Amino acid sequence: MTPTYYLLLSALLFSLGAVGVLVRRNAIVVFMCVELMLNAVNLTLVTFSRMHGELDGQVMGFFVMVVAAAEVVVGLTIIMSIFRTRRSASVDDSNLLKY
Amino acid sequence: MTFLAQVELIKPPEIEYSAIAPVLIVLGAACVSVLFEAFLPKHQRWAAQVVLTMLTFIGAGTALGLYAGAETTTAQGITTLSGAVAVDRPVIFLWVTLLLLGFGSILLIADRSVEPGGAFVADAAVRPGTVQDRAQATRTGMQTEVFPLTLFALAGMMVFVAANDLLTMFIALEVLSLPLYLMCGLARRRRLLSQEAAVKYFLLGAFASAFFLYGLALLYGYAGSVKLADIATATAGSDKSDTLLFAGFGLLVVGLLFKASVGPFHAWTPDVYQGAPTPITAFMAACTKVAAFGGILRVLTVAFERTNWEWRGVLWGVAVASMVIGAVLGLTQTDVKRMVAYSSVAHAGFLLIGSISLTEQGLSGTLFYLLAYGFTTIAVFGVISLVRNADGEATHLSQWAGLAKRSPVLAGVFTFLLLALAGIPLTSGFVGKFVVFAAAIQDGLAPLVVVALVASAVAAFFYLRVIVLMYFSEPAPDGPTVTVPGAFTTIAITVGAAVTLVLGVWPSFALDWAGAGGFIF
Repeated sequence: MTPTYYLLLSALLFSLGAVGVLVRRNAIVVFMCVELMLNAVNLTLVTFSRMHGELDGQVMGFFVMVVAAAEVVVGLTIIMSIFRTRRSASVDDSNLLKY
Repeated sequence: MTFLAQVELIKPPEIEYSAIAPVLIVLGAACVSVLFEAFLPKHQRWAAQVVLTMLTFIGAGTALGLYAGAETTTAQGITTLSGAVAVDRPVIFLWVTLLLLGFGSILLIADRSVEPGGAFVADAAVRPGTVQDRAQATRTGMQTEVFPLTLFALAGMMVFVAANDLLTMFIALEVLSLPLYLMCGLARRRRLLSQEAAVKYFLLGAFASAFFLYGLALLYGYAGSVKLADIATATAGSDKSDTLLFAGFGLLVVGLLFKASVGPFHAWTPDVYQGAPTPITAFMAACTKVAAFGGILRVLTVAFERTNWEWRGVLWGVAVASMVIGAVLGLTQTDVKRMVAYSSVAHAGFLLIGSISLTEQGLSGTLFYLLAYGFTTIAVFGVISLVRNADGEATHLSQWAGLAKRSPVLAGVFTFLLLALAGIPLTSGFVGKFVVFAAAIQDGLAPLVVVALVASAVAAFFYLRVIVLMYFSEPAPDGPTVTVPGAFTTIAITVGAAVTLVLGVWPSFALDWAGAGGFIF
């Protein structure tokens, strides 16, 4: 297996995540799609790390995981607080601010 | 034993503590501030946090002054932490700018005279619209967590402008963004709008940082390192894949432009500026812009200068889009905060012109513009927070009709600030635009400057419309009143307006200081 396949796979996962963010309605699902994008990046980093024959990319993967975890904490707090008010996590309902 | 002898000793990186002391002080104070939240009784927290925050700014400022003025400090600057952080002349300028603007924002954040109890919700866990929520609107407490969050965000911004590799930059980006997402949702009044702003900012911000990160990964694949200097070396002359380079560059820049609210990546800006508590809007508009453009300047200058023929055309188009979107959509706004948001999108376009000039003049002009724009913006939002009715801030433009008759002083100050945003001579806005446009013309971006001048003229129209509205309309009988601010807000507005005037009349010292040196890496 050449590492290129892994790069293509991660590009595909990243695109899937990006499309998901754009088309899904539920804020939680949108957020999960962002996480998918971050994990696709991890796969890219690890693959390049392997191709370059060094560990830097794998260490960067750890940083990404830590940041993703912190983002979950903040993100779910915000989404929960608006869910408790509106009883809905749909991003289409958040329409008070426009134009 | 033989095994141990074979293990190579890992050398810890050299740390120049005196250079990074300002960042360490702000981060340390943020941690202490979290402990205050945990251990102090509720009624003591506000006073303790205000004192701690003020001391932090004084301490960080002193540390920075001592370092910048010390004999041993090299004129060009140093890199430390094994090259992850650079402390050079532009970084020192940006740190001073961030500390000053952060101090101004903290004054607005800490103010409790304009709204009893401050602009922040007393208990963020109470659901909006319930009985308890109506009760807390009149309570005098506030969620003092906003102080540590501000300090963390500020520390993130300071690291962001000094980051010399993309990974440090990414971590700093998150450290500055995550507290901002939370702070957006803490408004005391109109809490639904505030929470909605937080959700929008968070989802779009996380989306943009994923792009930044994928750009980082592709550039790592291209250059084999995420250090800006190594990326520059790799672009020098190589047989490596250009696809990786330009895909990586594009994705990286999207993430950066999003933070700087450059159009067409500005979609969050008006909503978040309107929904967030006004002091937080001031903090975001001033400090985030400084940090984001500091990062953009460094990335473009250090890592991608050699490839500028390839990408310059694209950012040229982005700058035009940003100026046009900001100026044209700004015309249609009926809310003061949204209008200032679109004005900030247009200003981001002007700043991008300076950033893509890639000359010494471009660098110093952009730095000066950031300093000038930041002070004006803080004063603008300070003034906006004073015009209120029974529901809180009266931000609809129709409510501002005839305001000069109710409060000539406020209308006068606001007029001056709007003229500065429009770029009228004798204000800092004029000097900022002048130096940026002059640098761009020297670097062969004349058509872009023509577009910028047209956009400035269009934008001047909507600033003047507010001035006309304040002076030449009759005030509505049930119109808003102008609150007399306490010491904090008064200082913030006065200093903001005074700096706007001083930098407009006597800009040479700040220009010299901004042009003291370039990036090192």
